[in-house]
Amino acid sequence: MDILNALVAFLNFVFVPALAYGSQLALGALGVTLIYGILRFSNFAHGDTMAFGTMVTILVTWWMQSVGITFGVLPTALLALPFGIAATAAFALGTDRVIYRFYRKQKAAPVILVMVSLGVMFVMNGIVRLIIGVEDQNFADGGRFLISAGDFKEMTGLAEGLAIKGTQAVTVVTAIVVMGLLFWFLQKTRTGKSMRAFSDNEDLALLSGINPDRVVQITWIIAAALATIAGVLYGLDKSFKPFTYFQLLLPIFAAAIVGGLGSPIGAIAGGFVIAFSEVMVTYAWKKVVTYLVPESMAPDGLVQLMTTDYKFAVSFAILILVLIFMPTGLFKGKSV
Amino acid sequence: MNRNLALFAGVALLFVLTGVFQSWNLALSILNLSLISAIMALGVNIQWGYAGLFNTGIMGFAALGGLAVVLVSTQPVVEGWQAGGTGILAGLFLGAASIAAAIFAYNRLPKGRVRTWGTLAIVVGGFFLFRAVFDPAVTAVEAFNPATAGNLGGLGLPATLAWPVGGLLAAGAAWAIGKIALGLRSDYLAIATLGIAEIVIAVMKNEDWLARGVKNIIDMPRPWPVPYEVQLQQSAGFVDWATRWGFDPATASSIVVKLCYVAMFGAVLLAVIWLSERALNSPWGRMMRAIRDNEVSAAAMGKNVTRRHLQVFILGSAVVGIAGAMYTSMNGMLAPGEYNPLRFTFLIWVMVIVGGSGNNWGAVLGGLLIGWLWLIVESVGPAVMGALVAGLSDGPLKTHLIDAAQHMRLLTMGVVLLLVLRFSPRGLIPEK
Amino acid sequence: MAEPFLIGEAMTGGYGGADILHSCTIAVEKGQIAVIVGPNGAGKSTAMKAVFGMLKLRAGHVKLDGEDITALTPQARVAKGMGFVPQTHNIFTSMTVEENLEMGAFIRTDDFADTMAQVYDLFPILKQKRLQPAGELSGGQRQQVAVGRALMTKPKVLMLDEPTAGVSPIVMDELFDRIIEVARTGISILMVEQNARQALEIADKGYVLVQGANRFTDTGKALLADPEVRRSFLGG
Repeated sequence: MDILNALVAFLNFVFVPALAYGSQLALGALGVTLIYGILRFSNFAHGDTMAFGTMVTILVTWWMQSVGITFGVLPTALLALPFGIAATAAFALGTDRVIYRFYRKQKAAPVILVMVSLGVMFVMNGIVRLIIGVEDQNFADGGRFLISAGDFKEMTGLAEGLAIKGTQAVTVVTAIVVMGLLFWFLQKTRTGKSMRAFSDNEDLALLSGINPDRVVQITWIIAAALATIAGVLYGLDKSFKPFTYFQLLLPIFAAAIVGGLGSPIGAIAGGFVIAFSEVMVTYAWKKVVTYLVPESMAPDGLVQLMTTDYKFAVSFAILILVLIFMPTGLFKGKSV
Repeated sequence: MNRNLALFAGVALLFVLTGVFQSWNLALSILNLSLISAIMALGVNIQWGYAGLFNTGIMGFAALGGLAVVLVSTQPVVEGWQAGGTGILAGLFLGAASIAAAIFAYNRLPKGRVRTWGTLAIVVGGFFLFRAVFDPAVTAVEAFNPATAGNLGGLGLPATLAWPVGGLLAAGAAWAIGKIALGLRSDYLAIATLGIAEIVIAVMKNEDWLARGVKNIIDMPRPWPVPYEVQLQQSAGFVDWATRWGFDPATASSIVVKLCYVAMFGAVLLAVIWLSERALNSPWGRMMRAIRDNEVSAAAMGKNVTRRHLQVFILGSAVVGIAGAMYTSMNGMLAPGEYNPLRFTFLIWVMVIVGGSGNNWGAVLGGLLIGWLWLIVESVGPAVMGALVAGLSDGPLKTHLIDAAQHMRLLTMGVVLLLVLRFSPRGLIPEK
Repeated sequence: MAEPFLIGEAMTGGYGGADILHSCTIAVEKGQIAVIVGPNGAGKSTAMKAVFGMLKLRAGHVKLDGEDITALTPQARVAKGMGFVPQTHNIFTSMTVEENLEMGAFIRTDDFADTMAQVYDLFPILKQKRLQPAGELSGGQRQQVAVGRALMTKPKVLMLDEPTAGVSPIVMDELFDRIIEVARTGISILMVEQNARQALEIADKGYVLVQGANRFTDTGKALLADPEVRRSFLGG
């Protein structure tokens, strides 16, 4: 029995990766939930918005690297991030002006807006593939590890190592800062409160003199920023591939629905619920279990509930459970 | 009506022009794929046009149809069955039984802690039981001759039989997903179906015992009565006939095969249209449209809206499943890796919207037109792009542009969809 | 007599289809309470919405303090000094009481702390619960939040659509007391009420509408005393 080593193995293979992944999902789900709360439709183009923002960031990163701008131990992409956000926000505002606004004025049914977002998804998908191609892109630079497994073993004398990648640390820190800023904005500023008011009761918000166009514009800007940040963090941590980003739509929506569509705090909780379940269900627990049980009982198999190929099934299963047992999610989202 | 005929004539002309200027082989290949897409579009139109259900899992239902072809028409792998067939079946049965038991317990036990923990215990216990029986059997099956088999194979029945079976598989999946997601708000169905499609593909990619996963199954038997090209070329009568009319026997054989498919797919298409037109104009169809147009008042009149929705969702998915089976049996192979939601789900949606949602002929027109556009760009696009950039000196930019041409069609489809939704939301042939 | 402070004169119109209002006139003087009563489907709420600009008039006009505001949107009328409390969905349930009041003052660019203090003086319970989500309050308290929100713009006219719908008789009496207090501060009140008798008791002016037209118009007291009004509309 070796609780310490088991704990380190758990932290290394489950907790740290899930924390980073959960932060990325939470940021993505926040964007989905904000759009849902204010514009009242499920934005299927969100995954591709993430891909678009990440692509711009990558392009700027490459340019910066080519002229010799770097960010020390931090990834250069963080310096390029503001450009990615600006471009994505401009794109989102443009789409709203050219496409979504028309249906909003018409008061079209949500399902029509979902379908329109499919069209936007196609367009963004095409643009991204056209510009950067379909291949995997790695754009992480800067320090590889905050702590490497070897250093950790040397420091503690344990058999198990705990590695924390630089990108994981960057992800978690950035996510905390961004979420903090978002909540400060929504809770404390006049504009943020007006967004919550609009999401809560549109008619009354109009009666109170809140300008709907402004609320919608700010929502798109924030959603674009969140999507870009989520996309860049995911890309730094893993890699950038347009199709993977499209597929992220499922865990992101699962996170937003689990938390309750329209509820920002729910989106964050949902992101971590999905990420931790995904990692824990698909992790082979053999190592951890071997440390915990007497040698004679050590497992032969991998002690893996499902192979990693089924990670979608995990988010999906959680989504279904929530839909059946609490359709408004953990934090009482809205059901329009 | 004349306008509609003109539209169909226009699309026919596109195919004729393709035949004249490219080749008849290409034109017929595109036509066959377009016919299959048109049938899928009909299935989606039943769901969306008749009932307003938004299904984004078309890919999954089509893939299930493809799976049916493997399960029905390939020869059984006897050694595989001996190694672990019963184990796999028993495992699947245990899995299904524990889900059923959990549902039963949840429904019957009084609300409270006993119910929660009891149901949970059944699910968890059932899962481990399932894995204990299922896993060793899978290992045993997959161990047999993994280079060519490693699966259980099928029933060795005629391939044409796989088409209705594909419909049944898809209908079963639709029933399960519909039970859960229908009756919730409309977006949830879209997300749930998007998810189920990804999972179907994941299962088909990873469960090698089922259909060899990403190792693919190739050379499946043709559906009766489509002949093989080689047979035709070896038959003296056919070669005589071809040379008498001045055709090259090789080309002629492949055209004849494709024409056989055109006839079969066309027959299925017409049958589906006939049935769904009959249904649409029956009291049932009128009720469906009444429900679509005003769910609240239909419910107030005592119509069970969720039940009707489930019916129509199953029917539409079954049609998609049949089309999926036709697709796989025409290709003669099942490659789970080729299922891509953009091609198999969202392209079908573009077809339905462009053609005219709520109108069967519209869906068919959209299927043929968009199918043609999508595939012609695939074969002609790189050439066009190559011609456009011919002036550029060779280099990474030129290669990139030529490579990128295939992505133009995603962009084009998106723009087409947005334009139609905006300026002609009722499509080319609107609902009557 | 000089023109009333707010008047919707000879209003005719409906929601697109057939007319609901037929040359209906509703007015309220400065600092007074006017009440619209009548049977179900008489167009009471519609008349009020017409005054507030929520439906298009085919004929007639609305004047506020002598100025013709018939063409203005509801939002513009809020800026002109009209406050409106809808019958339902009249608070931001997920926001705190204080945030509800802040949102009421959204169009104000000056400091509104004193107005908020006045609202808290009027409804002391709201001050106690100011950091609670408004959706967690009782029915009567929610109505107070709704009225308080509308008062935050310092309106000259406050319009209430059935403020006592669904609250208990005790709460209703208290709400009416508060409404009288609001009127005392010089704000004109125009309200639609289902509880006709109690409402007419506090009304300076009462309008009995039937089928979108004025049937009786008089002071609240006179209407209460009128035997025909009593028999037909107040249940004897």
